[in-house]
Amino acid sequence: MTILEFTVLVAIVSFVAGLLGSLTGLGGGVVLVPLLTIFFHVDIRYAIGASLVSVIATSSGAAASYVKEGFSNIRIGMFLEIATTIGALLGAFLATWIPTNALAVVFGAMLLYSAWLSRKPRPPAQRSLPPDPLATRLRMNGSFPDQDGERSYNVQHVPAGFSLMFGAGALSGLLGIGSGAVKVLAMDQAMRIPFKVSTTTSNFMIGVTAAASAGVYLSRGYVDPGLSMPVMLGVLAGSLIGSRILVKAETKSLRLVFSLVILILGLQMLYKGFWGEI
Amino acid sequence: MATPELPVPQKQSWDDHRIEVILGNLLRAGVVFSAAVVLSGACIYLFRHGHEHADYRIFRGEPSDFRTIRGVIQSVTDGHGRGLIQLGLLILIATPIARVAFSIVGFALERDRMYVVFTVIVLAVLLYSLLGSGIGT
Repeated sequence: MTILEFTVLVAIVSFVAGLLGSLTGLGGGVVLVPLLTIFFHVDIRYAIGASLVSVIATSSGAAASYVKEGFSNIRIGMFLEIATTIGALLGAFLATWIPTNALAVVFGAMLLYSAWLSRKPRPPAQRSLPPDPLATRLRMNGSFPDQDGERSYNVQHVPAGFSLMFGAGALSGLLGIGSGAVKVLAMDQAMRIPFKVSTTTSNFMIGVTAAASAGVYLSRGYVDPGLSMPVMLGVLAGSLIGSRILVKAETKSLRLVFSLVILILGLQMLYKGFWGEI
Repeated sequence: MATPELPVPQKQSWDDHRIEVILGNLLRAGVVFSAAVVLSGACIYLFRHGHEHADYRIFRGEPSDFRTIRGVIQSVTDGHGRGLIQLGLLILIATPIARVAFSIVGFALERDRMYVVFTVIVLAVLLYSLLGSGIGT
């Protein structure tokens, strides 16, 4: 394959991954690394470097449209970024030590978890929980526009959320993904933040988290310009178009298809990690 | 002890929102600019090397030209397409860091000392990642 053919093919695949990731809300980054390693035979370290860069692009590119709606909470975001950035830094250093087979196994497990999470119903919306003293001190409680006016919420279990976010950051740094699945666990399940607030705040945080590990990846020579270029441009274009047509598309069946793709890729990554060459 | 604080008043959430909108636009501008730089680098790279054989099977690690800020800038001034792509990627990494830096100003304007401290911690981690990892050398 020539460089031109390779670039065009990777750009198309990245575009589709970005589009589907944005339409389903599952994120495109999680399928990129397995696609690049399994079908394009790219070394997993180059694939992780390229994916990490594309994660920054989609997070930052979508931020402007998200914040206008007034859902995201910058205090929750900034406080939890302390945990995610330190975790990401640790994950990036770990990635340079861990053998590539082990990376593939961790990646496969992460994909299976994402596929399982995407089939699970959302936790019920919180109904006026009592304010938590720590969350109140940290001024995290807020409100967001709902169908019937402003709806206020009280954040719960800050230490548990903070610890889970550290793990999310470490996985992001280790695997070059946004690790939205773990962030959902931390913000929706533990901290009981309303779904709309948690997804938009998490999107805002992903770029900062990825930037914390990107420096380590770049200086270790994991970020290849020739590979990162079509991945970044493709995912960015796909996710921007995806966020425009979000309302019109039938997302339910699309989510099913995409989570099946994630499941199959996860099994393949596990297989490659345990028995294959990677 | 003081009574527990009341929920965040309306005025403050409006200030938060205004700061967020400014920061969101800053991020988008950074992404658009970096994508334009990457795209122009891509044109040069594909025009010169498009017909060569692509191989990412074996990890070699990037040469020092693409691993440090100085190396990237040197590569750009030498007219390399891949250097220009890497410069675009560096701009992309810098945008969320700029967002955090500007958030410090935002929280300071709101006189929220606690969150100024939190944001400074986040910025310190980001700068450590960039400078401590050797990109700046």
